[in-house]
Amino acid sequence: MTTHQEPEPGNDEAVATTAHGTTPAVVGDPIADPGLPPHEPRPTDVDPHAERRAERQVATLFGLSTLFAILFVVSYFVFDVGKNPTVIAGYGASNVALGVTLGLALLLIGIGAIQWARKLMSDVEIVEMRHPASSSEQDRADAVAALDQGISDSGIARRPLLRNSLIGALAALGLPAVVALRDLGPLPRGDLAVTVWKKGMRLVNDVAGTPIKPSDVEIGQLINGEPAVFFEDKPNGEPKFEGTRLNDAKTKAAIIIVRMKPEDITPPKGRENWGVEGILCYSKICTHVGCPISLWEQQTHHLLCPCHQSTFDLADGGKVIFGPAARSLPQLPIMVDSEGYLVAQSDFTEPVGPSYWERG
Amino acid sequence: MSTTTNGRTAAKAPGNDKLAEAATWLDDRVGLATLAKKQIRKVFPDHWSFMLGEIALWSFVVLLLTGTFLTLWFKPSMTEVTYNGSYDLLRGVKMSEAYESALHLSFDVRGGLLMRQIHHWAANLFIAAMLVHLMRIFLTGAFRKPRELNWVIGSLLLLLGTLEGFTGYSLPDDLLSGTGIRAADGFMLAVPVVGTYVSFFLFGGQFPGDDIIPRLFTAHILLLPGILLALIGAHMLLLVFHKHTQWPGPGRTNDNVVGYPLLPVYTAKAGGFFFIVFGATALMGGLFTINPVWKFGPYDPSQVTAGSQPDWYMGWPDGALRIMPNWETHLWGFTLSWNVFLPIIVLPGVVFTAVLLLPFLEAWITGDKREHHLLQRPRNAPSRTALLVALMTFYGILWEASGNDLIATHFHLNLNYITYFNRIMVFVGPVLAFIITRRWCISLQRADRDRLLHGYESGIIMRSPEGAYAEKHLPISVDEAYTLTARDRVELPPPPGEVDSNGVANRKARGEGLRWRVRNFWFSHDIEKPTRTELEEAHHHAEHELSVRDDGHQHLTESGYTGDYELDGTPADGHQFDGRHDISGDELRKGH
Ligand code: HEM
Ligand code: FES
Repeated sequence: MTTHQEPEPGNDEAVATTAHGTTPAVVGDPIADPGLPPHEPRPTDVDPHAERRAERQVATLFGLSTLFAILFVVSYFVFDVGKNPTVIAGYGASNVALGVTLGLALLLIGIGAIQWARKLMSDVEIVEMRHPASSSEQDRADAVAALDQGISDSGIARRPLLRNSLIGALAALGLPAVVALRDLGPLPRGDLAVTVWKKGMRLVNDVAGTPIKPSDVEIGQLINGEPAVFFEDKPNGEPKFEGTRLNDAKTKAAIIIVRMKPEDITPPKGRENWGVEGILCYSKICTHVGCPISLWEQQTHHLLCPCHQSTFDLADGGKVIFGPAARSLPQLPIMVDSEGYLVAQSDFTEPVGPSYWERG
Repeated sequence: MSTTTNGRTAAKAPGNDKLAEAATWLDDRVGLATLAKKQIRKVFPDHWSFMLGEIALWSFVVLLLTGTFLTLWFKPSMTEVTYNGSYDLLRGVKMSEAYESALHLSFDVRGGLLMRQIHHWAANLFIAAMLVHLMRIFLTGAFRKPRELNWVIGSLLLLLGTLEGFTGYSLPDDLLSGTGIRAADGFMLAVPVVGTYVSFFLFGGQFPGDDIIPRLFTAHILLLPGILLALIGAHMLLLVFHKHTQWPGPGRTNDNVVGYPLLPVYTAKAGGFFFIVFGATALMGGLFTINPVWKFGPYDPSQVTAGSQPDWYMGWPDGALRIMPNWETHLWGFTLSWNVFLPIIVLPGVVFTAVLLLPFLEAWITGDKREHHLLQRPRNAPSRTALLVALMTFYGILWEASGNDLIATHFHLNLNYITYFNRIMVFVGPVLAFIITRRWCISLQRADRDRLLHGYESGIIMRSPEGAYAEKHLPISVDEAYTLTARDRVELPPPPGEVDSNGVANRKARGEGLRWRVRNFWFSHDIEKPTRTELEEAHHHAEHELSVRDDGHQHLTESGYTGDYELDGTPADGHQFDGRHDISGDELRKGH
């Protein structure tokens, strides 16, 4: 069998193989290595027509890619963006045209290049020898010697005073690095335990900000509510809460107001007069990890969190009856003010939202 | 065309002179040729499964390109503005600048929506490709010495890629992403002792504050991509240094690597593949909507959309969160939220650490200290394969649990029962998966062994004079037989007690005893490849069978009726597979 071995230019470890048995057949277990099979020429290697055809094919792919790149530019100027994102099955004409032309322009280059490699570039496999990842024993010894030499020249082993004071100085540099980050945020000082609710603050509808009378709430109904102060202005006409400050406050103060038949309700001890004619008010923020809760089953008085399906029984003090949340939904004690509107008796009596270490 | 580099006239062409000049100029200064001469024709082996890592690499490049485009318009700010852009339904609504700029990108920048969608599709692809790539590395044993460090780097990439995805998902400040950040705040608060501080430092005070989007932005476009890039660079350097693993086969040994050179074949294939990945994500970005933030509205801490689902890769910890029992401990005035802390902080940490340590765990069990450059078929490492499938099952059940509400509504099942089922399955499922997979692998090993010893099933049904039918087996080709046997034998050492025959008390005996038991468990059911003697015997036996004349008697051996009768006559033409003719020279055999 002819063995044609020619070292690869530059890469002495690699040889091109054109025939059987380039690697010495090792004694196999239990079968001897038959060696690389001979190279089988492809049609494009032996048939000039096939070769020409493959060449034309690849060139066509590249040509089409250019065409789609141009079409991308055309689409860019032809199609309007934005105004109507729903044309073409909801995808937007501009987006579809740009995506398809760009996608095809790219894909055709990729397919062309791979086709070129498969059909026209040499497919003779090359064998390259491996070496152990480790260095030679000699190199290791030399490296250790160099290291020792360097260390001994520095005198770091002989001069513990220098070594230790340097270690100390470097360690001390950690302090500025950490302390400089101190102003990332204020320390938590019980802020999580209080909300903007206070005695006498009206419960209002979360969209329009209208105050709510008991007669506005039907049995079985759920109203998404907020404290009235979110809709009030300062004397200078600016809202009292806006932007991120509004969001900060809302995160803790959002509520839901539900009305059930008074006889269905079993108030926990001490909360007998926290409601008004079967109207109860709870925090809207799930005690699990803080999603706003909204799914209300009026038949069962269950409130379901859409995030991880914790379920709270609002007729039973907001107790958890299913799911990963551990704590009952905090209840806001309410009453009616002199004008007959629902107002808070006080702030929440416990922190709302997710548990945290200092919560107790 | 004087500037083209036509090989035949290279030396004369002025363009080439210029090129050579430039190369000389560069080499005079950086001495690149010494390095380049080796690497330009570096050999890479070929196999479809080697493409998975490439998908991950190229989708990362797509993320860099599209992400940079997005930064040109995206405004990482939580300042409140009133929307005034092209999208009618939100005009006049108050929102953060971040959300407004995401809308601006989607509706007022031509190609902006496309880039957002390519970016998001590529992010999902990036993480999926990394995960599947990791599984292929594990299943084929490519993580073994000397490649353990690349496994560690790869696991870190998966972790950081997930974080990068989460920070990106959070940037547009729409209702969904805000809900995700809110949950992340809840996770932080559940960390004992320091949780509240971590949360306040990250958010610059209470959630949501106005710092979180700018901070996530810095992490998303600078910090994490920088680390990812450095790790990917190290990953590639190690790959080049170790040279790629290859599948065993004729001429492909542990000491060589057989394949195509970097230039031109691999350059064309891998480079072309970049365009394919980019092109495919571009098509997806053009044709399939992803994260239509305009439909969700701006973030409002009192609003939520039902059935909101995070990106797929956040699913499994979310599932763990959903099926966790609601344990919480109150002690000395402090609260410990096991219900959040265990599934979302501890569990991912433990799983990640376990994944990171898998190569070292396996090396400890097998005690193998050799270098491995040949890949193993999953069936030839039954316990390892079974371990991965067990891990996948664990992952899969948690992932499915994160869609428990969808399952409940789609299949009209009771949510409670689904949850109880998942709580049990998350423990039982992986064990079952382990047992089944290992059995399966072992049967496949047995099938390979049979194929080696008795040949392949030729599809020729032979009828004996008594009327019994049997299928003819023919020997497989040497190449195939070699490939099937190109794997290590397992050598189980004797129990440690017996090793120490000189009676000296072995201090490490207990550790070694455990290790011996684990190793025994790991390997003891594997089916070995036949030895040379067994193989020769089997072949001899088959020849003997063939040489016995058809005398009207069934050939009964210990293993039962073999159905082998003498084959004689002329090469088969398609009508002679009747067992009466010699078909040793026919096509059917050659092909195998
Ligand atoms: C591994 C890398 C990356 C991953 C997994 C990733 C993931 C994501 C995801 C999931 C989004 C949400 C997209 C959406 O709006 O639907 C996003 C947004 C964004 N990403 Fe990345 N990203 C990566 C790298 C980068 C890089 C390198 C940059 C910039 C240099 C970048 C810049 C951005 C910007 C500006 C946005 C917000 C734009 C918007 O949502 O409209 N990303 N990223
Ligand atoms: S946030 Fe409500 S169940 Fe998790």
